Amino acid sequence: MNRFPLWKYIVIGVTLVVAFLYTLPNFFGEVPAVQVSPVRTTEKVDTALLGQVESLLKAANVAYSGMELAGNSIKARFASTDVQIKAKDVLQNGLGERYTVALNLVSASPAWLSTINAKPMYLGLDLRGGVHFLLEVDMKAALEKAAIRYQNDFRTELRSDKIRYGRISRAGNAVTVHFATRDQRDAAANKLGTTFTELAFAPEDQAEGFTLTARLKPETVTKVQDFALQQNITTLRNRVNELGVAEPVIQQQGANRVVVQLPGVQDTAKAKDILGRTATLEIRMVDELADPQALAQGQVPFGDDVVASREGGSIAVKKDVVLTGDSITDASPGFDNQSGQAAVHISLDGKGARIFKDVTRENVGKRMAILLIEKGVAEAITSPVIREEIGGGRVQITGMETAQEASDVALLLRAGALAAPMQIVEERTVGPSMGAENIEKGFHSNLWGFFAVVIFMIVYYRVFGVISSIALAINALLLIALLSMLQATLTLPGMAAIALTLGMAIDANVLINERIREEIRAGLTPQAAIHAGYERAWATILDSNLTTLIAGIALFWLGSGPVRGFAVVLCLGILTSMFSAVTVSRAMVNLIYGRQARLAKVSI
Amino acid sequence: MLEFFPFKKTIPFMSWGKVTTFISLATFLFSVWALWDRGLNLGVDFTGGTLIEVRTSQPADLHTIRTALEKTGLPEISVQNFGTSHDVLIRLPNKGDANAAETSNRVMAALKAVDASVELKRVDFVGPQVGKELYDSGALALLVVAFGIMAYLAIRFEWRFALAGMLANMHDIVIILGMFAFFQWEFTLTVLAGVLAVLGYSVNESVVVFDRIRENIRKMRGATIPHIIDDAITRTMSRTIITHGSTQLMVLSMFFFGGEALHNFALALTIGIMFGIYSSVLVASPLLLMFGVKREHFIKPVEKKEEAVV
Repeated sequence: MNRFPLWKYIVIGVTLVVAFLYTLPNFFGEVPAVQVSPVRTTEKVDTALLGQVESLLKAANVAYSGMELAGNSIKARFASTDVQIKAKDVLQNGLGERYTVALNLVSASPAWLSTINAKPMYLGLDLRGGVHFLLEVDMKAALEKAAIRYQNDFRTELRSDKIRYGRISRAGNAVTVHFATRDQRDAAANKLGTTFTELAFAPEDQAEGFTLTARLKPETVTKVQDFALQQNITTLRNRVNELGVAEPVIQQQGANRVVVQLPGVQDTAKAKDILGRTATLEIRMVDELADPQALAQGQVPFGDDVVASREGGSIAVKKDVVLTGDSITDASPGFDNQSGQAAVHISLDGKGARIFKDVTRENVGKRMAILLIEKGVAEAITSPVIREEIGGGRVQITGMETAQEASDVALLLRAGALAAPMQIVEERTVGPSMGAENIEKGFHSNLWGFFAVVIFMIVYYRVFGVISSIALAINALLLIALLSMLQATLTLPGMAAIALTLGMAIDANVLINERIREEIRAGLTPQAAIHAGYERAWATILDSNLTTLIAGIALFWLGSGPVRGFAVVLCLGILTSMFSAVTVSRAMVNLIYGRQARLAKVSI
Repeated sequence: MLEFFPFKKTIPFMSWGKVTTFISLATFLFSVWALWDRGLNLGVDFTGGTLIEVRTSQPADLHTIRTALEKTGLPEISVQNFGTSHDVLIRLPNKGDANAAETSNRVMAALKAVDASVELKRVDFVGPQVGKELYDSGALALLVVAFGIMAYLAIRFEWRFALAGMLANMHDIVIILGMFAFFQWEFTLTVLAGVLAVLGYSVNESVVVFDRIRENIRKMRGATIPHIIDDAITRTMSRTIITHGSTQLMVLSMFFFGGEALHNFALALTIGIMFGIYSSVLVASPLLLMFGVKREHFIKPVEKKEEAVV
C-alpha cells in the first residue's frame, strides 16, 4: 500500500533536477560589467556596435572576460571593478552621447545556464541598493496648460478670420472670449466650433457684453491627461537614460502616477534633482515699452508677465509665447566662440526654425527673452538683442553661470519637457552597503532558523524527522527555483517570507508524523499507519494552507512595495510546500519502508 | 519515542470555559484600551514624512547632529540611535511644503558639513496622500483577508465554525495591535504584512482543531459535544505545540539575525503565534460551543461521504 508507481518517482526526479538547474545561477555570484544601450529607445543595438565596443576596448588595452548582446543592450564583463570603471570611461568617450554607458553587475553563471534561461533571483532595491520614486503628475496643471494653448489658438484663428474680439480670459480650464456684438460672437462661435470640435462652447449674453466660453469635453479631458502622463513617462525615460542607469524601471501606476526605479544609483541627490526638475524653455519677446520704474514697484503691464532676470532686476515679457521647448530637437553644452562663456547650442525642428526666422526678421533691434521655467517660476536666463534674422534653426543661448549648469540645462532640454509638472510623492532609497547587509541578514535568518528546525525534527521524529528535514530543504530549493524562473522581485520582507513559509511548511510534516504515531498507538500495523497518516492528514493540510493562501493573495492584491514582495513569496511557498511536504516526503517514506512487506517497526 | 505530550486521557478544556473567557476578555479589553488610549505608533509608511538612516564612522554624537540639523530650519526633527551607536535614525514629519522630497537632500548636506564620513543607508519619504492610501489599503486588506477566510471556513465547514474561527483570530489581531500600541513599537508596512500573515496562519490552527471536531462528531457517536471538542483539542495538542514551535524557531532566528528591519515584524509574529495557540484552542472552541454546534450539522453529509469512500 505504500508504493508509488514508477512515473511518480520520475516526475519527482525530473522536478528536482529542473529545480536544481534553475537554482544554480544564484550560487555563482555576480561580476562587474559595463552596459551599453542607445539613448533613444527607437535605436537598435546591432553586431556592428558590438564590433565597435570590442575594438574600442582592445585599442585601450582593457581586458574583458565576456561580451553579449541581450535585449537592446551590450554587456561586457570584467575581472574587477577597477577595470570596469576604466572600461566605462573608454566606452563613454569612444561612443559619444548617442549611447548610455552604465556600470552594472551581471550573473557570473556559465553560458550554458543562460541558454536555458536560468537566471539568479531578481533582487529588489532594498537588497541591491538603489532608488525608488513614485511621481505624481499634476493633472490640474496639465489641463490649465491645454487651456492656455487654446487661448493662443483662439487669438490666431479669430485674427485670421478678421473677427473682432475683446478680451480672452481664462479661469481654471475654461476659456472665455468677450465680444462687443452678438453677430461677432455668433460668427466666432461658428468658426471656433468647427475648428475645435474637441471643445464645448457656451454662448452667454451678459449686461456688459457677449461672451463665448469654451470648456474641454470630458473625453478631451481624458485625452489630455493621458497624453500628459505618456509624455511625462517618455521624458522621464530620456532623463534616466541620460543618467546612465543599467536597468531602470519606469512604469505607469494608476491614472496619474509613475514609478521610477533606479537600481544601483549611488548619487541619489543628483538622480532626484534631474528627475524632479520640471524645467521648460520658452522664448518670448521683451516688452520694450514697459516702464522700468513701474516694474521695480511691482506693477505688471497689461498683457505682460514680469520675470526675474539673471542679468539683474526683473523684466517684462509678453504673454505670447514665440516658441516652447517642444520645438527643440537637440541641445548640447558648449562655449560661446567670442566671449568664451558657457553656452547651450540648440537645434530647432522645421516649424520652430520657421517661426524663429520670422520672429527674428520682424523684430531686429528688439530684445528676446529666453525663459527657463522651473517649478512654476520663470526666470530669464538671457535676453539678447536680435541683431539679424536667424535662420536654419540653430540657436545659441548664453547666460549660464558655469559649464556644469550649461550641461544640466542642455540635458533637460534634450530630454524633452514634461507635459505637466510632477511631484515626488514617495521615495525609498537604499544605500549600496545597506543592500548587501540586508541580504546577509535575510540569509542568516533563514539559515539558523532552518538548522534549528532540522535539529529539532531529527531529535523528535528520528528517521521521519530526517525525511521531513530533507523535504523542507527540497521546499527551499523549489521555492528559490520558482522565484528564479518567474524572476519575481525578492525583497527583504520576501526573504522573511521564505523563513516563515519554511517554518510553516514543517507543519504539514508534523501533522502527518503525529497522525502516523496516533494510528500506531491505535493499534494499526506500521504500513497501515503510514498510509492512514498521509491520507487523513491531507484534508487538514489542504484546509490550513488554503487559508494562508487567501491571506497571501489579498496581500498581493492590496499591498504595495514591501508587502507585495512578502505576499509573492508567501503564496509560492505554500504551493511548493504542499508538493514537497506531502508528495516528496511520501516518496522517500515509500522508498525506505514501502518495500518491506512485514514491517514490524518504524522510526518515528 | 520522544513525546512532549503523552496524554492518555482527554483534558477537559471546555470545563475551563469561564477562566479562559475571562483571560481572553481581559487581554482583549486591555488591548482595546491601549489602542484607544495610546494609539498605534504608526511609521512613516502610514503617516507620511521622511525617515533617514545614516551611518557614521565614529560613534554618533546625537547632540552635534541635532544642532546641525536645527540650523537647516526643518521642523520637528527627531534624532535617535538605531541598533548600534554608529547608526542614526532621523525622522521628519511632512509639513505641507511642495519640496518635501528635497528634505532628505537638505538633511544629508547638513550632516556632511559636520562629518564628511556620514554614509546614507536608507531614505523613506512618503507623501501625505500616499501615506493615507497605504493606511486605507492596509485596513482594506485586513477586512478582505478576514472575510475571505470566513467565507472559506463557512463553505468547508459551517457558519458557526467560520464565525468562531474568525472571532478567535480577530482577537489575536487586536491583541497584537494592542501590544504594539501599549509598548509604542513602530508599526510599519512590514509589520502589517506580518499581522496579516498571522491572520492566515493562526486560522490554520483553528482549522486543524475544527477538522478533528468534525471527524470526531462522525466517529464518536455516543459522546457529548464538549467531550468531542476536548478530545479533538487533546489529540491535536502535540502537533499544535510542535508546529508553532518550529515556526517560532524561524521567527526567533529572524528576530536575532534579521536586524532592525525585521525586528518588529518578528515581534508581531511572535505575539501572533503565542496567542494563536491560545485562541484557537481556548477561544475558538468555547465559542463554537456557545454558538450551539450540533451533531446534526454534520451527520448527513458524513453518511454520503463514507459511502463514497467505501
